[in-house]
Formats: sequence, C-alpha cells, structure tokens
Amino acid sequence: MKPAPFAYYAPHTLEEATGLLADHGYEAKLLAGGQSLIPTMNFRLAQPAVLIDLNPVAELAYIRTDADGGLCIGAMTRQAQVEHSRLVAEAAPLLHEAMPLVAHPPIRNRGTIGGSLAHADPASELPAVLLTLGGRVQAQSRRGVRTIAADDLFVGIFTTSLEPDEILTEVQFPPVPPRSGFAVTEVARRHGDYALVGVAAWVVLAADGRCQQARLSFFGVGEGPVFAHRACALLQGQRPEPALIAEAAQVAATADVDPQSDIHASAAYRRHLVAVLGRRVLTTAFARAAGG
Amino acid sequence: MTTRYFGQPIIRNEDPVLLTGQALFTDDVHLPGMLHVAFKRSDYAHARIRRIDVTAARQRPGVVAVYTAADLGAYWKPGPLLVSPPPVKGAVFNTRTQVPLVRDKVRHVGEPIAMVVAESRYVAEDAVEDILVEYEPLPAVVDLEKALAPDAPLIHEDLDQNLAAHIIQRKGNYEAARAQADHVISRRLYYDHGVAAALENRGVVAQWDAKMRQLTVWDTTQAPVPIRNGLAARLGLSESQVRVIAPFIGGGFGPKIMMMYPEEMLIPWAAMQLGRPVKWIEDRRENFMATTHERDQIHWAEIALTKEGRILGFKDFFLHDSGAYDPYGLTVPLNSQCTLLGLYDVPNYESEFKAVFTNKMYVTPYRGAGRQHGVFVMERMLDIAAKELGIDRTAIRRLNFIPPDRFPYNNEIIYQDFAPLVYDSGNYEPLLDKALELIGYEQFVKEEQPRLRAQGRHVGIGVVTYAEGTGIGPYEGARVQVETTGKVNVATGVGTQGQGHFTSYAQLVAEQLGVDVRQIRLVTGDTAEFHWGTGTFASRGSVVAGNAIHAAAAAVRKKILKMASDELEVAEEDLELVDGKVRVKGVPEAAIDLGTLAAKANPLRGAVKPGTEPGLEATAYFGPERGATASGVHAIILEVDPETAMVTIHKYVVVHDCGKVINPLILDGQIRGGVAQGIGNAFYEKVIYDQNGQLLTASFMDYLIPTAMEVPSIAVAHLETPSPLNPLGTKGAGEAGAIPVGPLFAQAIEDALSEYNLEILEIPLSPNRLFELMQEARARS
Amino acid sequence: MTTSLPIRVTVNGRVYERTVEPRLLLSDFLRHELELTGTHVGCEHGVCGACTILFDGAPVRSCLLFAVQAHGHELMTVEGLSSDPNHLHPLQQAFHEAHGLQCGFCTPGFLMTLLPFVQSHPDPTEEQIRLAISGNLCRCTGYENIVAAVKLAAAKLSGRPAAHLALTGHHAPSQGGGA
Repeated sequence: MKPAPFAYYAPHTLEEATGLLADHGYEAKLLAGGQSLIPTMNFRLAQPAVLIDLNPVAELAYIRTDADGGLCIGAMTRQAQVEHSRLVAEAAPLLHEAMPLVAHPPIRNRGTIGGSLAHADPASELPAVLLTLGGRVQAQSRRGVRTIAADDLFVGIFTTSLEPDEILTEVQFPPVPPRSGFAVTEVARRHGDYALVGVAAWVVLAADGRCQQARLSFFGVGEGPVFAHRACALLQGQRPEPALIAEAAQVAATADVDPQSDIHASAAYRRHLVAVLGRRVLTTAFARAAGG
Repeated sequence: MTTRYFGQPIIRNEDPVLLTGQALFTDDVHLPGMLHVAFKRSDYAHARIRRIDVTAARQRPGVVAVYTAADLGAYWKPGPLLVSPPPVKGAVFNTRTQVPLVRDKVRHVGEPIAMVVAESRYVAEDAVEDILVEYEPLPAVVDLEKALAPDAPLIHEDLDQNLAAHIIQRKGNYEAARAQADHVISRRLYYDHGVAAALENRGVVAQWDAKMRQLTVWDTTQAPVPIRNGLAARLGLSESQVRVIAPFIGGGFGPKIMMMYPEEMLIPWAAMQLGRPVKWIEDRRENFMATTHERDQIHWAEIALTKEGRILGFKDFFLHDSGAYDPYGLTVPLNSQCTLLGLYDVPNYESEFKAVFTNKMYVTPYRGAGRQHGVFVMERMLDIAAKELGIDRTAIRRLNFIPPDRFPYNNEIIYQDFAPLVYDSGNYEPLLDKALELIGYEQFVKEEQPRLRAQGRHVGIGVVTYAEGTGIGPYEGARVQVETTGKVNVATGVGTQGQGHFTSYAQLVAEQLGVDVRQIRLVTGDTAEFHWGTGTFASRGSVVAGNAIHAAAAAVRKKILKMASDELEVAEEDLELVDGKVRVKGVPEAAIDLGTLAAKANPLRGAVKPGTEPGLEATAYFGPERGATASGVHAIILEVDPETAMVTIHKYVVVHDCGKVINPLILDGQIRGGVAQGIGNAFYEKVIYDQNGQLLTASFMDYLIPTAMEVPSIAVAHLETPSPLNPLGTKGAGEAGAIPVGPLFAQAIEDALSEYNLEILEIPLSPNRLFELMQEARARS
Repeated sequence: MTTSLPIRVTVNGRVYERTVEPRLLLSDFLRHELELTGTHVGCEHGVCGACTILFDGAPVRSCLLFAVQAHGHELMTVEGLSSDPNHLHPLQQAFHEAHGLQCGFCTPGFLMTLLPFVQSHPDPTEEQIRLAISGNLCRCTGYENIVAAVKLAAAKLSGRPAAHLALTGHHAPSQGGGA
C-alpha cells in the first residue's frame, strides 16, 4: 500500500498557496493534516498529480475571538489544539465537547479543523458541529476572499461548495447567547470510530423557559451533516417537556433524515438511533440551558 | 535450598530487545541489492482468465521482472496437502490445494495472478497497475448452503460438486437414545467468518548465495522446518542448502502456520532466478484478502435429554466453509466435531459434516481452530435446554460434567491428531465453583440484578465451559548445551510469535541446571540451529517442545553430575546445581562451575573415556501418544442499552486448568489476549463478502479489532490437574481464552434482555444485529 | 517535481540529510532509509498505531506523513527512548516488569503514544490510560498489562512508589481426576 507518485509543493504563505492552487487547479489536492487523504492515497483510491502541503503555512494556525465574542480558528489549527484550548471551551462549548469524539489522540495531533470540514465526511463530527452552531468558513483564492455559511458549505458526500482554486482558511463560530445549552453524542462501533449515528444540539431558552431556538444536526445518516429542520420547528416556542422532546426526535427520525444501509448498520437501525440519540441529546441540552 | 524456576512468574528474557526496537522482524531484514515484490491479485472471486498483458509493467523503469504462471515453467505446481484426512471409515476428502500463480481460473478475490519484482515496493505497485488482465467472470459461490446445490457453479470443475470432504463419526447409538429421551431440542446455529489479523502482516525475504550454493529465507512462519523441507524439495536443493529463519514474529494465531502460501513458494524462487535478494512484505489489504481465514459453519444440532436435564445424546450435522482450497485438511471441522462434547458425559453422539468449497479465501486454523464452533453449539443447546426444562443453567452443566473418577475418559471418536479423543485428566466442578465465586453468581442473581433491573438497567450474567484438546503430536525436539563460558544454549525447531518461549523454555532448563534464566540463550525458528520440528500450533508449544527441552536439560544435568562426581570425587546424590555451579551439598566451597566442566568435557588433547560423548550437550525429542485436554469456565457480567443495542462488559472471569504451569505471568497474558480476540469475535469482528464474493472488509476501518476501550480487565484463576501424558504434567493454553466467548456473550445478552425472550443462535453479533433480533422478538410477542 | 527533494530531519537528536521521493512515507523513510526499524508498520492507513512516533514532541502516525513533511522537524522513535537492551528507559522498564507485551510488534507504537502521556500524567486513572491508548491496537495482550505498565511507568517517572501490582492469578492444585 504505497501512494502513486505526485509533485509536491510546500508553500510558506497563504499567498503562495493560493497561487499554486490557481496554477494546478483540478490536478491538485491540498494536504492539511492528511489523516483522511493519506490513507486514501496509500490505498491508491486517490492519486492526485500535485500535492500542495499547507502545513508550513504558519499564518493558518491560530485560535482567537473576534470583537463580538465569536470564535475564529485558523484552518490549519490541529484538532488537539482545539480540544485543549481554554478559549474554545469557553466560546464554543459544543466544539469543545465534540473534539474527543474525533478519532484518537495521535490522529488529532495531526488532523486539522479545516481539513476535517473540507473533507466533509458525512459520518464525521465537525461538519455537524459547524452546522448546528450556524458557523461559517472563510475561503480564499487568488481571486479574493469569501465567507460561506455552514448551510451552504456541505453539498454532498465528501463534497463542499469550495471552488477548486479556493482554500478554506478560517472557521468562524458565532457568540453564545445566554441560556444556551449544548450537547453532542454518538454511537460508534468502537470508541473513536466514525459514528454510525451522531447528533449535535444547541438550544436557547427564552426567559419564560420556552424554547427560543433549537438547532439539531445529525451525522452518519445522509450525504453530509443533516440539519433536522422539522424537529427543530416543532420545538420552537414550546416548553421542552419530555414528551415533546421525544416527539421531536421521532420527527427527526421519520421526516428529517434518510439514512442508508452499509456493512455496519442498516438504515432501520440508524433511523432508530436518530430517535434515541436525538431525544437524549436534546434532553441534555435543554437541561444544561436551564441549569446554566 | 536451590532456586525454583518452574512455576515462577519470571519476567521475560525477550522483552528488552523488543522494547528497544532491536528485535529483528522479517521486514527489518535489509540486504544489499535487495529487490521488492508486489502482486497483481484477482479482482474477481470466480473468473476465467482470458489474457494477461504484462508488457507495460515490464517496460516501467525500475522493474526487474514480471512473472505469470506461464513464466514459472516446471516450477508451477500446487502447494502441498499439510494434513491428510483422518482414518475415519467412509471419509471423503478431495484435495485441492492453492497454486503459486493462477493459470486459468481465479477462485477467490486476492488470488495472485502476476508477480512484479522491482527496485522498490513503490515502483512494484506502480507496475501492478500497469498489468491488464482480461477476465471472463463466472458466478461466484459464496453462500455455504447453496454451494452444494445441484446447479451451483463448480469451483473445481473436475469435481462433480463443491464438496471438499464428508465425515461421519459416531459414539453409541443416538437414535436409540433419542427414543428414550423426555425432551429433544433442535436448532440451526451459525458461526460467521473472521480473521486472525496479527499486527504484523506476513512477509518473506530470500537470498541465494550462488557461490556457497546456499539459500537463506526469512519468513513470518510458525513452522520453519516444514517450510525448509518444502522449499528444498520444490527447488531441487538439499535440505542442508536451505536455511529458513522465523525471526521475531508479530503475532501468529494460526494463519502463519499455513504452508506453503503462494508467496512462500515464489519469493525464494525469484531470488534464485534473479541472483539478488528479494523481499515481499504483505500489506494490510493483502492480509485481509490473501492470508487464510476461519470460521464459517452452519450447524443443525439436536440434543436429547431426560427431564432432569441429563444428556442422553447429541446429534449434529454441519457445513464447513473451506474456502477455495483445502490445504490444511480437516483440522478445523474435526476440532469443531470433537470439541462440541466439552466437559460433558455424552453417551451417544452422532456427528456428520460436509466441508464445501466456496469462492473465498481458504480456511485454516485461527486461534481456537474450529473449537469455538463446537463449544458454541453445545453451550447454546444446553442454555436452551435449561430454559425449556426450567433448570438453572449452571446446574445443567454441573449435572452433566464428566466426574473426576471417569478419567481417562474415552469419547470414542477420532481427534485432529488422528488419535482417539480420550481426555487425559480433569476435574470440572471446582472450576465451575471457582468461577461462580469470582463472578459473584449468587449475589448477582439474587440481589444485584433485581436491584439494577428495578432501576431499569439491563444487566445479565453468563457462565460457559469448554474443553480444549491441546499439545498434540507428532513431536518436537531440542538441544541443550552448556558452553565453556558457562552460558547455556538451547535450540528448538518450533517458531515463536510472542508466547514467551525465550523465558518459559529457559525456565525449564534453569530448573534442571541451576543456571540463572537470563544466562540461557534460546534459539527458536532457525533451521540452521535445529533440524527437526513441526511448528507452533494447537496450543502445543509448552507441552511438546517444553517436554523435549525438559528431557534434553535433564540429560545434560545427568552428564554434569556424572562428570562433577568424578572431578570432585563425591557421589552424585551429594551434589547440587546452584548458581551455575555444581557443588557439594552443605560444602559450598567444594564446587566447580559449569563452564569449567564444559571445557573439561571437550578436551583438546588426551583421550576421553570410551563411550563418552564430548561436551555437555544433549538432544531429546518428545512426542505424546495423544493430546492433553485442558478445560475452563468463563463468566461475564454485562449490560445492554436496549435503546442503542450497545453492550458494556462490567466483569469478566476466567478459571482455567491447563495442568502444571511453567510461568503464570505468561499464562495469564495468553489467557487475557485470547479473551480479547474472543470478544472481537463475539461482538466486533466480521469478515463480509458480498454475493459476488467481493471482500467488503479489507481494512481496519471495517474489520473492527477491539481496543483498550472494549476489552475489560479480566480476572484469571487456575486450577492444576496435571496431565499424565507428559513428564511436566502440562497442557496447552494458547487458545483457551478465545474459545468460549461467543456463547458467553449470547447467554449473558439473553439474560440482560430477558423480557425480550431472545434466542441468539449466531456469532458474531453486532449492535445492528442485536437491534434486529430485538425487533424480531418484539414482533413475535 | 515528482523528482526527489533534499530533506534535513532530526531523529532522536541526530541530524540526517537525505534526498527522497515526495511520496515516500515517513514510516518507510525511518525504517528503510535510516534503518531505524523499531518503528513498525501494521496497516498503513492510520488505524493500528504501530508506527506512532513523536513529531515535534507529539505522537503521530508515521504512515500518514510523507518524509518530505518531516523536513526541518524533530522526530523521536522508540530507539530514542533507549536502544540499549541493557539500559531501558523507565517506560520500557515498566512494560518489561508488568508483562505489557507479547509479540512486541505493536509495542514501539504504544511506547511513543505513551511517552508524553506519562510525562504529563503522574498518577493517571485507568480510564485516562485506556483513552490514551485507544488508538493503538494490540492483538496479543488484551491491554490489561499495558494499563498496568502505564501506571507503573507513571509512578517510576514521578518518583512515587508503585502501588502493588497483582500480576498473577490464583493457583491452587486440584484434587481430582486423572493420572
């Protein structure tokens, strides 16, 4: 299992990197943490002619807050750094909680937040977290910079709306309003495996204890992270009683997701897990919102 | 008082080189001018080959040679049959063994079609992509039950059906027993495919020294001596011209005793053809496709009992999946057939199996080697019987145990070693008692389980038993030699794959010679050091090689005492061997060290006494008349989340009896490691072929080996019922941990989900499968 | 530019300068170019963890890096702990004493995964240890003695006396059958 040959470039600045990508376009693959790309190359399932290594681009690794309290993370920030960042724990608790679910410690030492999002594995945690939090990414090319909302980023299985000449440079999470509650959970065959089904939730309670906002995204059950619109709509403005939460989770299972069968789980089992995990994660999130 | 080594938890001699990265594994062999091999393997499970075009591959820079079957000429011939069929009346066995490179028809995905030899593995893999194979796809035989259908496609077209073997064995008269039974239960049980997945893949490195006329082969094999003999015969060399070294091996577990794999036939040949060293290291994808598999069997079982639960008879018919070839004979299904009987007195037994060819990787032993299946069938049938008869599941087992005064106990059928299946010794009730005590059976069933159930938690307990035929012949040998430096050399022909032989064997020698275990240098798996042997399999290392080493060491001890008695002018009885010296008991200053004695035993001038051999050295062999039967009980407490069908293990206990224990530290490690593989087999690992025979689980992403998060802490206890069949009284233990975990999971899960009234008749399980079984149970009720 | 590139890598404190093809995996570079064969390769897709090394101090899979990416970086392999069988590093010694290895193939990967862990966790819980090694597969030991070895190593490195390790089972002669 050895990769096919490729040309290798190691730019040190973002400008160099966007220039190289513009020159090589469709032939080129960006190498971030490589924890998904390199296995695929070792199996020779991917044989890019050109590899542009973003690891030397130091300006893409940072974690900071912006003026209104939102969180900005450079695309090449290692997952382990995100996991252990106090700033992340405070400004994006859901992201903080999700990080230990991403593979294993040595993978997170190398894997990057931007790489995981751009790879858009439908079973991975971070795209669903971004979608749940209503986050955005910044994309840069020689043509300029644009911001893409999470809703618009994930367009299919392993597919994003990034153009072939664009580099995902920054991940942005909005500030957390008061009376927010978060939770994320998943069922995986073994600890650290890709989820059979996972779900991330963000709820905000109004002062009167009603649900002001519910955001719920599933992973492992579609072509990308799946935002449970119908379930969320059902919760909107309502008191989050157990029966309603269970009903919302059931709605998610029957109306929001369309899971497929594979060797690890049937569509029916996945759909069942959506209802179970949806209920559990909402229950936790509402309890946290009420308690904190 | 002399130091005892036998039975002590001595930490291992082999650890330091392994821990510092200094141990030589096959892929660590670097030779000047070495070439690298990659294989073009079949993309189809069953297809005729119309054309192979290697032109582009041969032209690629860096490629030295590309071989197809046509290029092998007279060297092309099928591999050997390793184990002939058993001497059972009416036995049918059709030998069809693997070929080095496919000539006309591929029979499983991953079967080698062409071999590329290049300056690097990278280039070799590039060239593999250049090879064009034109296939005529044929319908694949995947389903075990359909394989024998009259319209099934034929895998070996010279046979009139896909039948590899048909064996019937009987004890007593089952039909008569059935006629007298109060209760008869029949079920269909299924055990699916798995693989050993040793962390080190296979590999072969070969070097031909044209001037010395000497071939050296490093091979990840569990059986270096038979590989040496096979290669010599194939290559037209004398055995003394071939040296096979099985260096440190990164886990064996059975598939590395298969021989000869196509790659083992080809790499040494290529090295001789090209006059340069050649290396092939299997990658993980190849390991899943082209290293032998295990385990597909379907059983139709029937048990006849009295209303009290006593077994009157057992009848079993099963289909065994051989895969595309059957080079390992019938070891695996014979183990299933024989191990089914377990610890129980079964007066009447009728067992029939058919081994069938399918378009899958062929099946050879993997840790447990078919024993799992038999244990699964018997233990499940007893659980069902206990439920239907309203008896406690531990009570029905106790009731049917072979009592201690019945040994040796004759099961009246033929085992995998072709000797009658006679249990040498055993004492089963104390095993069960100890397991129940350690798991806290009474307390759990009476207090804890009801309390947790009241909280809505689904906890269950399981207790199963098993017997394991171990330590079978034919023989192993060893040479023990005291050097003039006082160090001791030991050589034996078996290979070692992590079982701690460098330590446990050294303990046997130390026990006899009174030398520090660390002063004993052990060589295993190098045919230049020891000429004879069969290999490491069937939990036989400590029994067969162990007793050979013990015998050789005892012979050297005798020589030492005789010589020292002459030198010190004291009677042999008054001498003792301590700290590398022979000394007079009670007079420690009257001593002579072993090195000095060894020098005297090998004089450079003068004459030795007539009839004396030079040196302090002895070679001995040991061959048991039949295998020693180990036994054990596993118990588990687990919890199921009925909403997610996820299982958590809370407690795991093994109580085991493998006779005399050489090193309890190593033994416990073997048991725990076996259990970990058993847990994988029960709930995580499954090889999946689709209906076209495509392998869907060819990576560690899809074939799920348990991690430290899935394997619990395991309490291990031992009882010692020595084997009368060998001087050390040992029985084998290597496979014990892995054997009964499937039925244990099944029983405990049924218990945890008692309100569903599940009946689990298959292994492996998975959360998905458990969810389906629960859904089906719900739908029934 | 598929042609080879010069790299300069520090491994176990020693600087190596080589010219490598971009596609050469770091695991192969260490094993076959530098002949540091203590790093083992078990799957080449990042799951088994046998090839884990330290890259600028952090455990990573060397099969999921290209050698060219190591240019200018500091690596440590198992040989950097100690390559002398007569003088083991405390972490290696703990594996030895607790029987934390059998075939030893996965062991270097475990050691390199664990080195920063034991240095930063003087008294780790079993749960912490199991999480730390959850990305390393061992097919021989069932992990229990690896967990014990980590506890022992943490104690050795922090200078605490090691808690008593129950390494062996209960042994009792049986009264029954046979012979």
